[in-house]
Amino acid sequence: MSKQFLLDGQPVPFEEGQTILEAARAAGHYIPSLCWHKDFPPHGSCKLCVVKAAGRHVSACATPARDGSEVESNTPEMNGERRGLLQMLFVEGNHFCPSCEKSGNCELQALGYEYEMLTPRFRHFFPDRPVDASHPDVLLDFNRCIFCELCVRASRDVDGKSVFALTGRGIQKHLVVNAESGRLADTDFSKDDLAARICPVGVILHKRVGFAVPIGERKFDVATISAQTLKESP
Amino acid sequence: MSPVAPRKLRVATCSLAGCFGCHMSFLDIDEHLFELVNLIEFDRSPLTDIKDVGPCDIGLIEGGVCNAENVHVLREFRRNCKTLIALGACAVTGGLPAQRNHLSLSECLREVYQFRPGIENGQIPNDPELPLPLDQVHPIHEVVRVDYFIPGCPPSGPAIWKFLTDLIAGRTPRLTGDLLHYD
Amino acid sequence: MTNAPSPASPELDDVLARHDHDPTRLLQILIDAQEIAGWLPAPTLTRIAAGLALPRARVEGVAGFYSFLYTRPVGRYRVLFSDNITDRMLGNAGLLDALCRKLWLEPGKTSEDGLVSVTTTSCTGLCDQGPAMLVNGRAIGQLTHRRINEIAELIRQQRPLDLWPAEYFRIDDNIRRTDALLGLDMAPGAALGAAIARGRDGWLDEMRASKLRGRGGAGFATAVKWESARNAAGSAKVVVCNADEGEPGTFKDRVLLNRYADLVFEGMSLAAWAIGASEGFLYLRGEYRYLRPQLEAVLARRRAAGLLGTAILGETGFDFDIRIHLGAGAYVCGEESALIESLEGKRGTPRIRPPFPVTKGYLGRPTAVNNVETHAKTCLIALHGGAAFAATGTAQSTGTKLLSISGDCAAPGIYEYPFGVPITRILEDCGASDTQAVQVGGAAGVCLASYEFQRHIAYEDVPTAGAFMIFDGTRDLFEVARAFVHFFAHESCGFCTPCRVGTSLLKGFMDKLADGHGAKADLNDIDWLDRLLKNASHCGLGSAAPNPVIDTLQKFRPAYERRLVSLDFKPAFDLDAALAEARQLTRRDDPGAHLKTHEESPE
Repeated sequence: MSKQFLLDGQPVPFEEGQTILEAARAAGHYIPSLCWHKDFPPHGSCKLCVVKAAGRHVSACATPARDGSEVESNTPEMNGERRGLLQMLFVEGNHFCPSCEKSGNCELQALGYEYEMLTPRFRHFFPDRPVDASHPDVLLDFNRCIFCELCVRASRDVDGKSVFALTGRGIQKHLVVNAESGRLADTDFSKDDLAARICPVGVILHKRVGFAVPIGERKFDVATISAQTLKESP
Repeated sequence: MSPVAPRKLRVATCSLAGCFGCHMSFLDIDEHLFELVNLIEFDRSPLTDIKDVGPCDIGLIEGGVCNAENVHVLREFRRNCKTLIALGACAVTGGLPAQRNHLSLSECLREVYQFRPGIENGQIPNDPELPLPLDQVHPIHEVVRVDYFIPGCPPSGPAIWKFLTDLIAGRTPRLTGDLLHYD
Repeated sequence: MTNAPSPASPELDDVLARHDHDPTRLLQILIDAQEIAGWLPAPTLTRIAAGLALPRARVEGVAGFYSFLYTRPVGRYRVLFSDNITDRMLGNAGLLDALCRKLWLEPGKTSEDGLVSVTTTSCTGLCDQGPAMLVNGRAIGQLTHRRINEIAELIRQQRPLDLWPAEYFRIDDNIRRTDALLGLDMAPGAALGAAIARGRDGWLDEMRASKLRGRGGAGFATAVKWESARNAAGSAKVVVCNADEGEPGTFKDRVLLNRYADLVFEGMSLAAWAIGASEGFLYLRGEYRYLRPQLEAVLARRRAAGLLGTAILGETGFDFDIRIHLGAGAYVCGEESALIESLEGKRGTPRIRPPFPVTKGYLGRPTAVNNVETHAKTCLIALHGGAAFAATGTAQSTGTKLLSISGDCAAPGIYEYPFGVPITRILEDCGASDTQAVQVGGAAGVCLASYEFQRHIAYEDVPTAGAFMIFDGTRDLFEVARAFVHFFAHESCGFCTPCRVGTSLLKGFMDKLADGHGAKADLNDIDWLDRLLKNASHCGLGSAAPNPVIDTLQKFRPAYERRLVSLDFKPAFDLDAALAEARQLTRRDDPGAHLKTHEESPE
């Protein structure tokens, strides 16, 4: 008898060691995420994957599935919280989709669509975050950083370079690069690094290819993020 | 629809710090315009020549709030419109004009009126006829209460049509799928 | 990697060598390196990174996390006013302004000659003798305008701190009520000897019988924690004493470390005996740095007496020693997994749990983290047995509790009570009158209104890590809550979305009300934020952050409502002020150059 838990009332089988998020997606149920990546250990910072398990709010990406447990995810309450988290991410940075070349390929934006976020609701912080265009191949636009640390982890754990790190604390937290000058050009970053391809939003942008695919024909223009994610899940 | 034709809803529109692109998109509802004029009549709008907004059912605001005049107009709309709608990215998020927000106003104005190449003895205009700019550009929900939001740069004609027909029919408007875009 | 080579610095090399070029000592290295120039210039970070074979970005990441590390120049005299609500009630804002005026200085800025900088910091744990400040890490309490005048003069004269009047730096223990622990007169080693005589198992049996629960607030059974650590796979187990006493209004650990350090270290050794640990850390909050020399002296004495080191008290195989690890101004490091990250020389970001520290803690080793008071209490159990310990207090909350009492009362200080003591009794003992509310457990705790004063201090009723702040009828509970909201926004580590953004949004709403822009709609948004913070945050900091607002909105709602200027909506900012810059640039002041910020009716 294989183990299973109930996700919004539907049985989801799992193998020992799988998290709620992994098991759900494998069974064709979408739980959203921004900081989670299949090739890295759970991070648990974005909280988009928040679900209610046994009445408690937990991160589905970091919580092991438990036999017989009941998990709520696709409910008005949880989706409302997710919309709220998205609104928080939108107001803390400078997310101007119409002038962003990641538009249509951006996971933050796609989740905004998925959860029908029509307004950022809160007061915008409008932080001052200068861009770094020093590198010949890649532009860094920190205005859109959501602190998922995927670039940090990819550069450190896969590329073996540790080009990126977070500094500051709280709302002052921000991304820095591995150079005394603070310039990406002064690091050993390469456009072929995994870190150059992993940003879910529009911070790490390859120069000269921004509009190779026209707006309107991009990844999340043709299918929702839930559909895309489930298609890519094992 | 009820058998008795209901009263036509009165609708006002305006553009604050916007490019009128949302208004153009509004016109993109094409043949639906004929249906629409059976359901609504326009108050103040670039489509009419009415200068001041009167009591309305619906107000559509394009553009963010960048100067004192925008504040006056927006407040006038809020006072007069039972339902106020932010139409398009600039009204919803501040949009393109808000990208000046990380600069100080004096940096912006000096750059434009004094230090731009080709300008000699340039001065920041100070004619009392001109509205004074605010230190930052704000989405309209930061200045007045807003009832509904239609994102998009611009929102598509079909999105605007769907939203308005929902509203007119008394359904809580929803935008999903292709109709919901931020770009 | 293409960084230009930094100029040689023998002093910095010295710091690196003193810490064996050990990357896990990064935080300690940064603290020591900062002594060289008073701050951490960019080349210093580059050099430290090279010296430890760490990516520079990681070093910059750590340096940017802690409030007491500076990557921009600060004054040679760094004045930090403690900004707990109790300091505010004693007038710290006026004192800060006065000092800045005397020094021709803007708060938060460094004087042009680099002599001095003045700003605020989170509670420094001197609430019983505030208003308080730290000057270059040294604590001064009982600030008055007279004292501020003198301090301004000393700074202007550039008098070294060692030559400042010694009475400035006198910190009182203010012990007002003693019970089993504070009344204990124990020869160093007595408890340890008793525990060793019982054997490790026998000692754990006594711990179980005592039903001792963690005094840091969460109340986890200490024996269970120790047993888990002991049974966890892996050798080289670790004992950590959490002296990162950052909860606003708490200062009992300061007194324990100042006067009862032997009990604390003996308690750590008792833990080591129980779980078989060989290494111990005292994580001392940066605000208590001035206690370090005397703590080191106690450790040296205990080593000399055979109470630390190898074969403790002659017991072969019982090897244990303790190192002091300094924090640098980060409340979140009081959370045990964040504390462990910090111990490893990293940013103090709470880990995903499980695994819990008892199985995978410091450097992946089984680690038992306990509060200062918890460690001290174990001495009582070792000396008199678990049953005797469990005889006081209540069935679920055995023993006594130290309370740090401050605010509106005649005798602030430390009070030790058996668990189960009612709030009324405490208020009576400390000479509080006309009490409107008590904040128990600090900013993260609970705000009790007068109708709740019959309740008892106990895990099963009103749990607390020890803070007990009293507010009389003259106080505004909205301002109390707002102070705590500011605290959490400042201390959020920024790891998870709800806490990073939510605490800042909550601060924005509280300031909106305070600034006279409040509208009824804001109260709904505040409620909504409170719930999301509570539900979705990664650690206890975020989920506790809304507590002061939730409690005061429920119990002191009129304090919010009287601030509302609209039953509908108001902008959060002053629209007329938003035109000020344009008015200045255009030299206009005509009616069209102004806006009414609040517009109730047509113009």
